Amino acid sequence: MPLMGEIALKMLWGDRAKYLALVFAVTFATMLMSQQVSIFIGLMARTASHVSDVREANLWIMDPQVRYIDEVKPMPDKQLFRVRGVQGVEWAVPWFKGLAVVRAPGGIMQQVILLGVDDASLVGRPPRMIHGRWEDLKQPDAMIMDRAGWEYTWPGEPFVPGRVVEVNDRRVAIVGLAEASPPFVTFPVVYSRYSQALKLSPTERNAMSFILARSAPGDDPKSVAHRIETATGLQALTSREFEWRSVSHYLQRTGIPVNFGITVVLGFIVGAAVAGQTFYIFVLENLRQFGALKAIGVGNTQILSMVLLQAAVVAFIGFSLGIGGSAIFFESTNDLTHLRGFRLHGEVIAATAAAVFVIMVIASFASIRKVMVLEPAIVFRG
Amino acid sequence: MSALPAVSTRGLCKDFPTGEALTRVLHDVDLDLATGALTMLVGPSGCGKTTLLSIISGILQASAGTVTVYGTEITGLSDREKVAFRRSNLGFIFQQYNLLPALTAAENASVPLVAAGVPLAQARIEAGKVLERIGMGPHLKKMPAQLSGGQQQRVAIARALVHQPKLLVCDEPTAALDAQTGLAVLELLRDVARSAERAVLVVTHDSRIFDLADRIVRMSDGRLEPESNQPRSVP
Repeated sequence: MPLMGEIALKMLWGDRAKYLALVFAVTFATMLMSQQVSIFIGLMARTASHVSDVREANLWIMDPQVRYIDEVKPMPDKQLFRVRGVQGVEWAVPWFKGLAVVRAPGGIMQQVILLGVDDASLVGRPPRMIHGRWEDLKQPDAMIMDRAGWEYTWPGEPFVPGRVVEVNDRRVAIVGLAEASPPFVTFPVVYSRYSQALKLSPTERNAMSFILARSAPGDDPKSVAHRIETATGLQALTSREFEWRSVSHYLQRTGIPVNFGITVVLGFIVGAAVAGQTFYIFVLENLRQFGALKAIGVGNTQILSMVLLQAAVVAFIGFSLGIGGSAIFFESTNDLTHLRGFRLHGEVIAATAAAVFVIMVIASFASIRKVMVLEPAIVFRG
Repeated sequence: MSALPAVSTRGLCKDFPTGEALTRVLHDVDLDLATGALTMLVGPSGCGKTTLLSIISGILQASAGTVTVYGTEITGLSDREKVAFRRSNLGFIFQQYNLLPALTAAENASVPLVAAGVPLAQARIEAGKVLERIGMGPHLKKMPAQLSGGQQQRVAIARALVHQPKLLVCDEPTAALDAQTGLAVLELLRDVARSAERAVLVVTHDSRIFDLADRIVRMSDGRLEPESNQPRSVP
């Protein structure tokens, strides 16, 4: 701490109203920025949740016109065999994605996302089960629902295996509950075998939505994807590329980033404006005292250290409270079905810290300049 | 009193810009202040008293001439050297006290020591001793807002004395005080001047305290007037 550090802090804390206003401004800006950016990231991650949930495959093959995960252009089954024949493909399986209507006993109707995973390997499922086993999907007319689906369909009721529902007018038993990443739309997600999913869906000439594949050990997935494209004329992307492709689509085609961006910028501007103005007034009101300190023999470097320390303490306390507030928000909403998947990322914390640093640099710049050019002779004026 | 003057100014001039022209507010001021004496600088408003005080203190640059304080020509020092010189050799007492409102009396008085590198806890103890000597013992932990004007000025005096400076400069130290308190403060300053090898320069309008001066220097229109041998006769 600088020589006059303790005195600087006492000056800061002594003016309680301005100190609280400063801390509040930084806390508000920190909370707004960190929370909005985290929700934005969570929301964007939802647009690719079906891709990120599939861990076994590292290649996604689709019709060349498909731009993102929710845009399905079914392919003929023969494409699966062509993909399997490409050098460097260890295995390839079909994957179905479509919409269906689930009707529960009692008349509850629910639109759902129906995903069909490979009959034999069950590739295409999310990694975590809450109740039951994935192998139970191999039973006739079986389906696994995600947690959100169960809670939306039967609010407050514990999971009961074997509960029968109608999917597109066919009776299906729910044999398990999975923890799927929440999708961008609020529809529940249900899983069935690929062959079962085709039976549950309206008949079409082509039905295979995507092909999931894995590159052979030692083969670069990108090279294998390129070979698939050359050999089949289909579009092949690595999982990471497809995730980003889906996220990018929503970034470019919706107003979401602009909307969140405006909120984040507003948080920054309001934080900088309120903190800057309050800090400037705080320094202005203490100008005679700073002048007296200069006359007494406190050098400009020491005065600068005092003001910077005051700014740093405000930034640290405000940032800590703001990040703490955001963390509490995400922690307390973690179990809420419609808010799951939103969390405070380390990168967001670091970026917010950088933004708060900039806010305090802006806030203290004018004040520092005022103090630096201050003539100590001011103290002899009446 | 020591033979060597505490402060010596020679040919001191100060110009202030007024538009494109320069206005001279100090004209060839030659002044010697003796050690061990309380000197009062008096004169009408705008005559240049505060400007002279500021230049002698090293917080305002002279346009011409020299100022020597205890053998150091401060007009030749850099800004950084002036700050260090003030920190070690000067004590300031201001009309408006200029105490830091968030600090206790002891903490306010300890500021010059802290600025010189003494830890606040130790500086507080030293400041407490000075405050006790000037009758502020019961008020060490009080905030400025809890003190009367006279008490605040005593804290300011303690702040000016705590680092044992050689020269004490006071700008209207009694202006905000009632007559009785003003006299008490001046008696304290006179004792300070006489009890140590120290000089005290007081700028004042307050004729009630002229009796306590060892010497009175009168200014008019930026010039020193011939000194009277009868300080009490000075208006």
